[in-house]
Amino acid sequence: MSVSALTPVGRLRVTQPRVVLSEWTKLRSLRSTLWSLFIAMVLGIGLACLFGAVTSSHWGGMSPHERANRHPLDIALAGVNIAQLAIGVLGVLIITGEYSTGMIRATMSAVPKRLPVLWAKAGVFGAVTFVLMLPTVLIAFFASQAIVSHIEPLKTSLSSPGVLRAVIGGALYLTVLGVFCLALGAIVRNTAGGIALFAGIFFVIPPLMNILPSSWNNAVSPYLPDAAGRDIFSLTTGAHDLSHWAGFALFCGYAAAAVAVAAVLLRRRDV
Amino acid sequence: MRLSSGARYGARVIEARNLTKDYGDKRAVDDLSFTVQPGIVTGFLGPNGSGKSTTMRLALGLDRPTSGTITVNGKPYAQHGAPLHEAGALLEARSVHTGRSAYNHLLALAQTHGIPRRRVDELIEMVGLKEVARKRVGQFSLGMGQRLGIASALLGDPQTLLLDEPVNGLDPEGIHWIRNLLRSLAAEGRTVFVSSHLMSEMSLTADHLIVIGRGRLIADLSVDEFVRRSSKKLVRVRTPQAAQLRALLSGPDVGVTGEGNVLEVSGLSGEQIGEMAAAHRIVLHELTPQQASLEDAFMELTREDVEFQAGLPEPEPERAVA
Repeated sequence: MSVSALTPVGRLRVTQPRVVLSEWTKLRSLRSTLWSLFIAMVLGIGLACLFGAVTSSHWGGMSPHERANRHPLDIALAGVNIAQLAIGVLGVLIITGEYSTGMIRATMSAVPKRLPVLWAKAGVFGAVTFVLMLPTVLIAFFASQAIVSHIEPLKTSLSSPGVLRAVIGGALYLTVLGVFCLALGAIVRNTAGGIALFAGIFFVIPPLMNILPSSWNNAVSPYLPDAAGRDIFSLTTGAHDLSHWAGFALFCGYAAAAVAVAAVLLRRRDV
Repeated sequence: MRLSSGARYGARVIEARNLTKDYGDKRAVDDLSFTVQPGIVTGFLGPNGSGKSTTMRLALGLDRPTSGTITVNGKPYAQHGAPLHEAGALLEARSVHTGRSAYNHLLALAQTHGIPRRRVDELIEMVGLKEVARKRVGQFSLGMGQRLGIASALLGDPQTLLLDEPVNGLDPEGIHWIRNLLRSLAAEGRTVFVSSHLMSEMSLTADHLIVIGRGRLIADLSVDEFVRRSSKKLVRVRTPQAAQLRALLSGPDVGVTGEGNVLEVSGLSGEQIGEMAAAHRIVLHELTPQQASLEDAFMELTREDVEFQAGLPEPEPERAVA
C-alpha cells in the first residue's frame, strides 16, 4: 500500500482539547497507571474499614483517654494517608515515565510548543484523581460508619458540622497532591529523583521539624505543604494551624508554584 | 500524486543556516549550513558522533540551537500549527513508552492533531505490525520498533521526512521495504532526509548527499559527483615486468602500490600507463581503471576530515577515466 492511498489526514491542527484527549489515551493505556489508581482506591477504602474494625473490636478494653483520641473522621479518612503514596508516585511517573522510555521525544515532536502537554497532563491526571478519589472517600466514610456507628461517640454523619467538608477535602487533598507530584516529576525528569523529592517533602521534612525549638516549629510547620494540605480534611485545626481553607489555599499555591517552575523549565531545556 | 498542503507554505525544504549546538564544552554541530530539497532522497552522512542525530533533534525543536537556525518548510518546526503534517520523524533513540501498545501509541500521537483513527489502523497494516498492534511495545524486536517509528513518522501525511538510521535492526526484507518507501515518498514530491553512517546504504537510496564530520559540513553534492570528486582513481596493472614498470611510473604525483606482478597506480590514467609501457616495451597482461566504491570514497573523506575545515578537498585535475 502506498502512503498516498491511506485515509487523507484532513485539516490538521494541534489544539489544547486534542492534546487533552491524547493525554487521556496515554493515561488509560498503561497498566501501571490503572493499577496505581486501583490500589489507591482499595487502600483508601480498605484501611478505613480495617481501622474501623479494629477500633470496634477493642472499644470495650480501651481506656477513657484512648477512647477520647478516636475520632470517626480519622477512621474514615485513614486511607487517605496510604492512598497518597500511590497517587504521589503515579503523579511523578506520569511524566518521568516518558523521559525514561524516550516517549517524551515523540510527545514533544507532536506538540513542539510543549506547554499544552504539561497543562493536559496536569488537567487529565487531576480530573481522573478527583473523579476516582471522591467516591473512594465517600465509600470509606459510609463503610467505616457502618462498622463503628454502633458505638455512640464514634457515630457521625455528613450533615454534622465540618464532616462533609473534611470528607470531600480528602479527595481534594489527593487531587492537588497528584498534580504537585506531577510537577515535581517534570522538574527533575527522573523517576527515582521525583519520588525521593515527594517523600522528602511529605514524609521526611515534617518530622524533622520537631528538632527545632517548639516556638520555631510552631511558626514554621503549619506552612509546610504536608501540614497545609491536611487542614482541609481535618475536622478541627490546632491553635498554631492555619484554617481549613487557608491551609488548602496555601497547598494549592505550592502545587501551582511547582507547576509554574516545571513550565518554565520545560520551555527552556532541551528535551 | 497528491502533494500535502505543506506546499502552500512556500519553501518545502529543510534549511540550516549557520547552525551551531554546544553541549557544555563540546560542540556537536558547528556552523552548519545546507538545504534539503523536495522530490529527491537526500542522504545525511557522517561517522558516528558527527552530529547527525543532533541536527535532526534541532530540526524538530527538541533541542534549541546555540546559534543559527534550522527551518522546516519555511519556519522553525515548533511554529507550525500542525507540526506532524509538516515533518514526520524517526529518531535513532527509541521514542516509545514500552508499556503501551503500538496502537495506543500511534492513537495518542494522532489525537494531538485530529488525525482520523482509520489512518492509524491503515498505517499499522502498511508497516506490517497488524498482528502485534495490541502487544506492548516493550516486547518488540528492534526491527518491529523501527516499523512502528516509520508508522508514526507517516501519521500526519508529512511533506518532509527526517529519518535517523532507519534501516537499523531491520532484516533484509525490511531494508528493501524502507528503500522502496523512501524512493516512493520522494517521487511524490516530498522532502526525504535520511541519515546513515553507512555509505553503502546511501548509495542504494540517496540522490544527493550532505556529508558532515565533527559537526561540520564536508560535502553537499549529488551522489555521482561525490564519487567523482572524492575518490582516488586507481588503475590496476598486471605485468611480468613489475619492478621495471614501477621504476618507470614513479614520480612526485604518482603512487604505486602492490606486490608480485600486480600494481595499483594512482595519479595516472590507463591511457598514460599503457603508452608509457608500450614506449618502453613492457608487456601488460591487464590494465583496468578501478572506480573506488562509495564506501571507500566516504572513508577517504571522513578520514581526511578528522581535523578538516568545511569544503571539499581540491578535486584532482580532471583526467579521462579510460
